[in-house]
Amino acid sequence: MSEVVETHAGHDDHDHHGPDKGLARWLFTTNHKDIGTLYLWFSFAMFLIGGMMALVIRAELFEPGLQFVAPEFFNQMTTNHGLIMVFGAVMPAFVGLANWLIPMMVGAPDMALPRMNNLSFWILPFAFGIMISTLFMEGGGPNFGWTFYAPLSTTYAPDSVTYFIFAVHLMGASSIMGSINVIATILNMRAPGMTLMKMPLFVWTWLITAYLLLAVMPVLAGVVTMMLFDIHFGTSFFNAAGGGDPVMFQHIFWFFGHPEVYIMILPAFGVVSQIIPTFARKPLFGYDSMVYAVASIAFLSFIVWAHHMFTVGMPLAGQLFFMYATMLIAVPTGVKVFNWISTMWRGSMTFETPMLFAIAFVILFTIGGFSGLMLAITPADYQYHDTYFVVAHFHYVLVPGAIFSIIAAVYYWLPKWCGRMYDETLGKIHFWLSFIGVNVTFFPQHFSGLAGMPRRIPDYALQFADFNMLSSIGAFIFGFSQVFFMFVVIHAITRGKKATDRVWDGAHGLEWTLPSPAPYHSFTHPPKVSDAEAHS
Amino acid sequence: MANAKADPSIYFVPHNGWYPVVVALGAMLMVTGFGSYLNDVKGGGDGSWVQFYTGLTILAVTLFFWFAKVIEENSQGLANAQLKRSYVWGMGWFIFSEVMFFAAFFGALFYARVFAVSWLGGEGGKAMTGDYLWPDFSAEWPVMQNPDNALFQGPDQSMASPGIANWFAPVYLPFLNTVLLLASSVTVHFAHTAIKNQDRTKLITWLGITLVLGFAFLFFQVEEYIHAYQELGLTLSSGIYGSTFYILTGFHGFHVTMGAFILTIQFFRALKGHFKPDDCFGFEAASWYWHFVDVVWVCLFIFVYIL
Repeated sequence: MSEVVETHAGHDDHDHHGPDKGLARWLFTTNHKDIGTLYLWFSFAMFLIGGMMALVIRAELFEPGLQFVAPEFFNQMTTNHGLIMVFGAVMPAFVGLANWLIPMMVGAPDMALPRMNNLSFWILPFAFGIMISTLFMEGGGPNFGWTFYAPLSTTYAPDSVTYFIFAVHLMGASSIMGSINVIATILNMRAPGMTLMKMPLFVWTWLITAYLLLAVMPVLAGVVTMMLFDIHFGTSFFNAAGGGDPVMFQHIFWFFGHPEVYIMILPAFGVVSQIIPTFARKPLFGYDSMVYAVASIAFLSFIVWAHHMFTVGMPLAGQLFFMYATMLIAVPTGVKVFNWISTMWRGSMTFETPMLFAIAFVILFTIGGFSGLMLAITPADYQYHDTYFVVAHFHYVLVPGAIFSIIAAVYYWLPKWCGRMYDETLGKIHFWLSFIGVNVTFFPQHFSGLAGMPRRIPDYALQFADFNMLSSIGAFIFGFSQVFFMFVVIHAITRGKKATDRVWDGAHGLEWTLPSPAPYHSFTHPPKVSDAEAHS
Repeated sequence: MANAKADPSIYFVPHNGWYPVVVALGAMLMVTGFGSYLNDVKGGGDGSWVQFYTGLTILAVTLFFWFAKVIEENSQGLANAQLKRSYVWGMGWFIFSEVMFFAAFFGALFYARVFAVSWLGGEGGKAMTGDYLWPDFSAEWPVMQNPDNALFQGPDQSMASPGIANWFAPVYLPFLNTVLLLASSVTVHFAHTAIKNQDRTKLITWLGITLVLGFAFLFFQVEEYIHAYQELGLTLSSGIYGSTFYILTGFHGFHVTMGAFILTIQFFRALKGHFKPDDCFGFEAASWYWHFVDVVWVCLFIFVYIL
C-alpha cells in the first residue's frame, strides 16, 4: 500500500481539487471517473428503454394474432430495440467501463485526451435524443430492422430516416473519438513497468476493440452517407435501375456489422478474464494465448462478413470462403473458453455474484457460439436464415454474453467505484432471476426458429404458440429483474457496507491498490508496478 | 487551476471545460437542421438553413475557443512531452479512421465495377437479374447507358482519362490538379523544414504557396464540376458512374477544403510566431492531414480517372 500513499501525497501543489458542484460537474467534467459514470448510467437508461421496446415485442407475440400494436409500429419496435441496445446500451456500457478502469489499471492519471472524452460522451444523449424522437415523427420512426437494408431504408423508408442517418453519424463520431482516446491512453499512459504483456486482459481486449471501432465506424458512416445520397441527391448506389446494387449495401453494412459484433464481445472477454481468476484464486490460465486469441478473433472478424448474407446469392467460391473463415473463429474462441475453464480448474472457487455472472457467461456464451457454428454452415444457413434461430443465436451471445459481463463488471468493481458493497443476497437473487429469465426467453426460440418461424413478424402460425408464450414469460421475468438490478445498485451506493481497498481477497491489479472509493484523481504520479499487481 | 505550475512530470489534465458539451449541442443542431432542410425540400418546400448555420456557428466558435485554450496551455508549458505524444497518437489514428471512410466509397466503386454492373449486363452468378429486368443493358465502365435510362439518365460523356498524350494541351484538369496537389505536399514539407531551421520567412512563404496551390486545386475542382454538369451531362443522378464519381471526388474535395482551412489557421499562427522547432504539433498535424488528402487524390486519379 505504500506506493498508494505516495501517489496521493504529491497533490497539494497541483490543481487537484475534487469535483465541481451540481450539474456543472457532469456537463463540463474531464474526469475519467465522472465520464465513466455518465456512460454507465446513460447506457443503463438506454438498456431500460430498449428493454421496454423488447417487452412491447414480446407482449405482442405472447399469443398468435394481433393484440396490442399495429404491424407498422411493431417493425419500429424491433428496429429501435436493436439499434438502441447495440449503440445505446452495450457499446456505451463498455466505454463507461473503459473510462473507469483503464486509467486505474495502467496507472495513468486520466484518459489521454480528457476534453475529447467529455465530447465523446455528450454527443450520445443528443444522438439518441434524435433517434428516439423519430418515433414521434410523421410517418413513424425507422421500421426497416436494425440492419437497415436498402431499399427498405432508402426507397421505401419513412421520412424520419434522414434523422436516423444523422444520429448514426453522431454515434460514429462519438465512438471514433472514444476509441482514439482508449488507444492513446493504453499506448502512451502506462506506468513504467506496465509493459504490454503485463497489462490486465481487460485493457488488452479494449485496445483491440478500439482498433476494430476505428476501422469500421467510418465504414458505417460511409454506408449511411450513401443512403442519404440515394434518398436526397438522386444517386443510385443501392438501386439497380441506375447500375447500383442493393446487395452492395449489405456487403458494406456487414463489413462494419461483423466486426461490430466483436466490438460488443471482446471487452466482455476482458471482463470475464479479470473476474474468474479473482474468484478461482489462481492466475489466469494461458495469458499470452488469451491475448493472441483476441487478436486473431479481431483479425478474422474482418473477413467473414458475408456469412450474414448467404441466401442473398454469391459465387460458390465466396460462400465456401466465408463459411470456412467463419468456422475458423471457433478456434481462438475455443482457446479462450478452454483457458477460462482451466483457470477455474482446481481453484479455490467461491461464488459471489460477479463470479456467478461470469460463469454463466462462459456457459451461455458458448451455447451462442455453437449456434453460430451451425449458422456458419452455408447449406444449413439456407434453412436457418431470417428465422428465430438467428434471433436465439445472437441474443445468446449478446444478453448472457455481453450484458451478463457488463452486469458482472458492475458487481465486481462497484465497491471500488462507490466504496460500498452490494448486498450479496440481493445480488444472487438478481443473478438467478436473470439466469432463469434469459434462458426461458431465448432457449425456446431455437426450436421455433428451427421449425421455421420467421423473425421480425408481429403474428405467427398457431404451431409456434407455446414456445412464444414461454419466451414472453421469460422476457418479462428478465426485464423486471433488471429493474431489480437498478434497485440493488442504488441500495449498494446508498446503504451498502463499507468496502475494503482490496475488496476481493483474490483480486490483483493496480485498481485494487487504490482506496475504495477510488479518489477523484488517482495516479497523478505513476505508481510502481509490482509483480503482484500485474501479469508476470 | 489558477496556480497551475508547469511541471513536466505531471500529465496535464484540465479541470473542466464548457467547450465539449457545447460542441455536441452545435453538432446536434447542425445535423438536425440539415436533415430538416433536406426533408422539407424533398416534400416540395423551400427549406431553411437557419438551424444548420446556427449549429455550425456554435460549433465553429466553440472549437475556436477550445483550440485557443489548448494553444494557450501549451504556451504556459503545461503540455509535457507525454501529452504531446497523446496528440500524435490521436491525430495518427484519426487519419486512419478517415482512410477507412474513403475505403467504404472505394469499396463501393470496386464492387459496382467488378460485380454489380457485370451481373446486370448478364455475366456471372446473378446474371438472371439483368436478363429478367433489363435484357438490353450492356455492361461497360464507365456506364453510359443505365439499366433504366428513363429513371437515371446516363451521362453524355464520362470523366475517363483521354490518355497521357492528351493531358497537356489543352490541359486535362484532373492531371493539372494532381500536379497541384502533389506540389503542395512538397511545399508543405518545405514549410516544415523551415520551422525546423527556425526560418520564419521561409515558413510563411512555403506555407503561403501551399495554400495557393490548395485553393487552386479547389478552384479547378469546381470548374470541373461545372463542366461536368453543364457540358458532359454527368450529374449525381447519372447512375452508378456519376454516384461513385461525385461521392469520391466530392468527399475528397470536402477534405481538401478542411485541410486548406486548417493550414490557413496554421498560416496565421505562423505569422504570430507560434511555432518552434520542437513545438509545432498544430502545424505537423495539419501537414499530415494534407499529405493524407494528397494520397487519397492519387488513388482517385488512378482508380476514378485513369483505370
